[in-house]
Parts: sequence; structure tokens; C-alpha cells
Amino acid sequence: MDAIIIENVSKSYGETPAVSAISLSIRPGELFGLIGPDGAGKTTLFKILVTLLLPDQGRATVAGYDVVKDYKALRQLVGYMPGRFSLYPDLSVQENLAFFATVFGTTIPENYPLIQEIYSQLEPFKDRRAGQLSGGMKQKLALCCALIHKPEVLFLDEPTTGVDAVSRKEFWDMLRKLNERGLTTLVSTPYMDEASRCDRVAFMQTGTVLAVDTPSAITNRFTKPLYAVRATDTYQLIQDLRLAPFTESCYAFGEFLHLTVKSAAVSDRQIDSYLLDNNHRNIKIHPIQPGIEDTFMALMTQPEPTA
Amino acid sequence: MPLTGSSTAVRAVVEKRNMNRFTAFVKKEFFHILRDRRTLLILFGLPLVQVLLFGFALTNEIKNANIAILDNDKSPHSQQITNKLLASGYFQLRKNLRSNDDIERAFRKGTIKLAVVFPAGFTENYEHGHSTRIQLLADATEQNTAISLTNYATAIIRDYVTDLNPNVQPPLTIDVRSRMVFNPELKGAFVFVPGVMAMVLLLVSALMTSVTIARERETGTLEVLMVSPLSQGQILLGKVVPYLLLSFLNGCIIIALGVFVLKVPLNGSLLLLLSETLLFIFLALSIGIFISSIVDTQLVAMFASLMAMLLPTIFLSGFMFPIESMPKPLQLVSNLIPAKYFINIVKGIMIKGAGLRYLWQPTLVLVGMSVFFMGLSLRNLKTRLS
Repeated sequence: MDAIIIENVSKSYGETPAVSAISLSIRPGELFGLIGPDGAGKTTLFKILVTLLLPDQGRATVAGYDVVKDYKALRQLVGYMPGRFSLYPDLSVQENLAFFATVFGTTIPENYPLIQEIYSQLEPFKDRRAGQLSGGMKQKLALCCALIHKPEVLFLDEPTTGVDAVSRKEFWDMLRKLNERGLTTLVSTPYMDEASRCDRVAFMQTGTVLAVDTPSAITNRFTKPLYAVRATDTYQLIQDLRLAPFTESCYAFGEFLHLTVKSAAVSDRQIDSYLLDNNHRNIKIHPIQPGIEDTFMALMTQPEPTA
Repeated sequence: MPLTGSSTAVRAVVEKRNMNRFTAFVKKEFFHILRDRRTLLILFGLPLVQVLLFGFALTNEIKNANIAILDNDKSPHSQQITNKLLASGYFQLRKNLRSNDDIERAFRKGTIKLAVVFPAGFTENYEHGHSTRIQLLADATEQNTAISLTNYATAIIRDYVTDLNPNVQPPLTIDVRSRMVFNPELKGAFVFVPGVMAMVLLLVSALMTSVTIARERETGTLEVLMVSPLSQGQILLGKVVPYLLLSFLNGCIIIALGVFVLKVPLNGSLLLLLSETLLFIFLALSIGIFISSIVDTQLVAMFASLMAMLLPTIFLSGFMFPIESMPKPLQLVSNLIPAKYFINIVKGIMIKGAGLRYLWQPTLVLVGMSVFFMGLSLRNLKTRLS
């Protein structure tokens, strides 16, 4: 049976729908990513799954337990790391961990092997107050606290938001290692580059799921030719390209613009001459492989989700 | 791992874990309190400062008020009356004046509160059996002080006249004799020690608990606690226990300061006083929990606690202003102020030496209020968010 089953779940705050009729299944042992911008409904879905919110409609089970009826049993089984820093800043690293261990009816030694690798990095600072840790360290400690009772399913709501790039990479490496031990993990993130680290991802926008698949299958859905374009005046370039007759879409990605054209018949020479006509200089154009972000951008602008 | 089954061994393990959970929570609360300097300061600095401030600085008793004497008579009588005034402890001589103009100048400068004027021929009139006058002028910008000062001075001067002629009956046929029952020396400490106690206990218990729960909500730790096997009841109780202990300690400190430093008597039963204090703390804690169950942030919790409790306690409980002289609507409102009942109880026990037989009514009101707020908070208890 699947570790998490979400069937037609909806939730709205007053008149505003946060989650609209979402259905998803997450297999045991999967590292599953919920990707989407702020306000996509990721956090609401998380709170429903960890029994903090009641869905207006639909049902969901985690590890076979219903999130509404069996919430008491479920609360012993899930590890949950909310979006914001959720430790006690005035308690030391060690005290935070010991507190959460006791609250969940266990001790640090009992489940130490599970957190050993992560906690060993924190051990030199074990007497430091949690509030004085760096962002990356805080995340590691929060992860330890969420893991200390050996949960069956781990829920991480935007664990890498506000954490530097190196710590983010480290964090994902840790998640992968945990996952290799068979821990089902649902993780949400607004960073699309992190999607490729998951087994499968679900793209969310405005409370709905746009697509669910493996990262590579998702990029394979991107069938149209894609070019990276660059010129001296980036702002004018994006304006002109968006007006061009061959353009499907055009977005800025770092120093290059990613240009999707309407058909394979459009060549880079054609684009080049169009830009020369519009007085652009230092033009560089080369075809590229679509990344997961390109796919998401394309999915977001499609009128209907291709689930 | 969840434990299932119903063998007694399993149940014992579950119970032990529950107890461990709870003690870990209480321990954590104590860490929060003891590591936050501001909390500590409010907890233990506030009662000390309040009691000592009200005890020594902010008092409406008259002590050593500055007065001036304009003696146009310069006789043994005027001299003796002056000495008697100054010996009373209520007044101290700021200056001897020479003319009526000096009086006004001294009042303008604000150096004196009261001027005593002996007219020329004061002794002569008196000794010839004519009626004679002493004029008292008081600075009435502080009206209560002015009234007290003239009353004290009048009484002293009357005493002097009675002492001089013990056999002569004053022309009055009605002899009014007042006696100040319970507090013959009219000491202000008798009023404010119970008041400060009510205020500090309310502040510490209600404000602190409401803020600490709101803080957990703000930092997101409440979410994690809710998704833990801790029950809401355990969380609430874990918040209440440390503050109950600390507030009780606070109450004892205030009582000790009142009795030993400010010499407020303790005529009634100490046990009853401590039990009533515990009851009041419990009520304040229930109000704090109730507030925290309806607000989201520490700031709102603080504001609500201050506005809804501290201000009414100061102004409407009879602590600062007598309830009897309030307009009718405010008198009705004052019935809703828990501190009013507590102040009455403390005064009753400490000063009047009253027992539960006389105090059962306000006690019952406090019990009722506690049940009401605890009930409301328990009803607001949520196993989920929003």
C-alpha cells in the first residue's frame, strides 16, 4: 500500500481556496517533492497530512492511518518539520534534542544511529543555544529533532528556505541518505533546481497539481526547441523576443534568456537576424536541453494541467 | 513507536512515558523563565519595586509637610502652638514670615503647603475671653493634601485649647468622638499591600502565561508540539505549573515584605491567606490561558492582558480609588474585577483577622470565575490548528 494517499482533498480559508481537489499517491520509501511558488498550497497540504488541519473535502491516509480519524496514532508515526525555524532558541542544541526525544517517548541513545551522521556535525556545538546557530545548522538540528523518534514518514515543509546554497546541497545529500534507509519523505520547496534531487515531484500552483512524474520524465515532456539567448541590453532583448512572431515564451534565467520557439522549423540563424534587425549587439544564441524549471514555466502557462 | 495492547505492563510503560513527557515539558518551561532576563526581572523585580515604591515613596500619608508661620502676636501662646504643630511630625517649619505679602510669595514658589497666621492681639483677645482667630492657608492645588493638612492643624490647635482649659466645656453640646477601627494610625500600607499583591499576581500569572503560549505559536514550536503525543491538556498544565509555583513564591514575598518591612498586621490565619492567594493565582492563570487561546501573537497577548486586566485592576478594584465614590455604571463594572474580591479577602484576613465565615462570599466569586475561565479555555482547546 502507498505510504501517503491523498484523494480529492480540498481546503479553503474562508472564501479563498488553498488546496483544490488534489489527489496524489506516494510510495513507501520514496523521496517525493512538492514544488511550487509561494501560495501554491504546499503548506496547507502538509498541515492536512500531519493532522494539523482538517480537509474540507476528500480523505487522506498516511502510513495507512486516516489523517482525520486516526490522528492520535498518526502523531506518533510522523516526523514533521514546519516551514519556519521551530526549535526553542533559548535551549541548547542538546536540550532541544533531548526535549523532543522525551516528548515522543524515546531517548537520544535509543535512536542515535538514525541521526548520528547529521548530529555528529552539531556535536561540537551541543551546548550552544539553538538561536545562535547558523541557518544551515538550525535546519540540521530541526531535522534531528524531527527524526529522533524514528518516524515512518517524514514531512519537511520548505526545509531549505533561507539557507545558503552549500548548506542546501548538504541538506539534500542528507535526505538522500536517509531515504536510502527506506524512510518515506515528503518535502516541499519553492526552489525548482531542487526538484531534480527527488524520486518524483508534483508541481503545484494555486492549489492544484499541474504534473506528477520523475524529474527526467517531466523534462521529457518539454518537446519544443529551446535556446539560450544573450545580448548587451537584456531588458530590451526580452521585450523584443516576446514580440517576435516565432516566440512561444521567453524568461530570464541568470545571465541568459531561455527562449522557447513555436516549432522546430525556427533556426538560430532566423533568431539572430531578427535581433540584428532590432539593433542588438553581442548576440549569442545556442540550443539547450530543457531543465526542470523550463518545464515548470511551460506547465504554468498552459491553460490546462497535464496530470 | 505506538504502544498497543492492554496488558498492565504496557500501560505502566505508557504512563511512565506520559509522566516523563510532562516533566520534560515543565523543565523546559523553567529553562525559558530562568534564561530570560526580562522575565526574571518582571517576576521578581516587579513585586519588590512595587511594594517598596508604594510603601515609602508613593504614599498619601502626610509626613513633614513644609509650613510657614506668620506670627504677628509673638506671645508664649503663639510660640507654644507653633511648637506643638512642629512636634506632631506632620509639619516642618520652612520659614518664619514677616508680612502677608510673604505668604503669597511662598505659595507661588511652591515651597510651602500650609501657612499659619497668628493675628496681632491674639493673646490679648484670648485672655480677655473674646473669641480669637488663627488663620490657616493651604495650597489647594493638591486638594486632598490641603484638606488633610488643615484638618491636622485644626485638631492640634483644638487640643491645645482643651489642654489649657480642661474644665471649660466647649459651647458644643454634641460631642463627636471618632475612632479609626482596624487602622488607628491610618497607615496607607494597609490599603496598598493587598492591592499590589493583586496587581503583581495578576500581571505575573496572566500576562506571563498568555505571552508564553503565544510565543510558542509564533515560533512554530506549538505546531510541532501538537503533532507530538503530548495532549493539549498536558501542554496547558505544563505551562501552568511553573507559573503557579513562581507566582506563589511571589505572593509569599509580598506578604513577608508587607508584614516585616511595612508592618502590616497579620491578624487572621496565614493558612487561609495562602490558600486564598493560591486560588487567586489559579484564577489569574486561567484568565491568561483564556487570553492565549484567543490571540495569535505575543504582542496582542501582552496588550490584551494589560488592557483587560492591569488597568481595570488599578482603577476599578478599589485599590487606588474607592469604589463607593465611582459613578453607578463603573461600580457595576467593578463587580467583574477579580482583584476587587481578592483585595477584600486579603484585607479581611490580614487586618480584620476575619475567617472564612466572613469571607465565603468573595471566595465563592473567585472560585466561580476560575471555573468559568478554565471551562472556556478547555472548550477552546484544540487538537488542531484554526
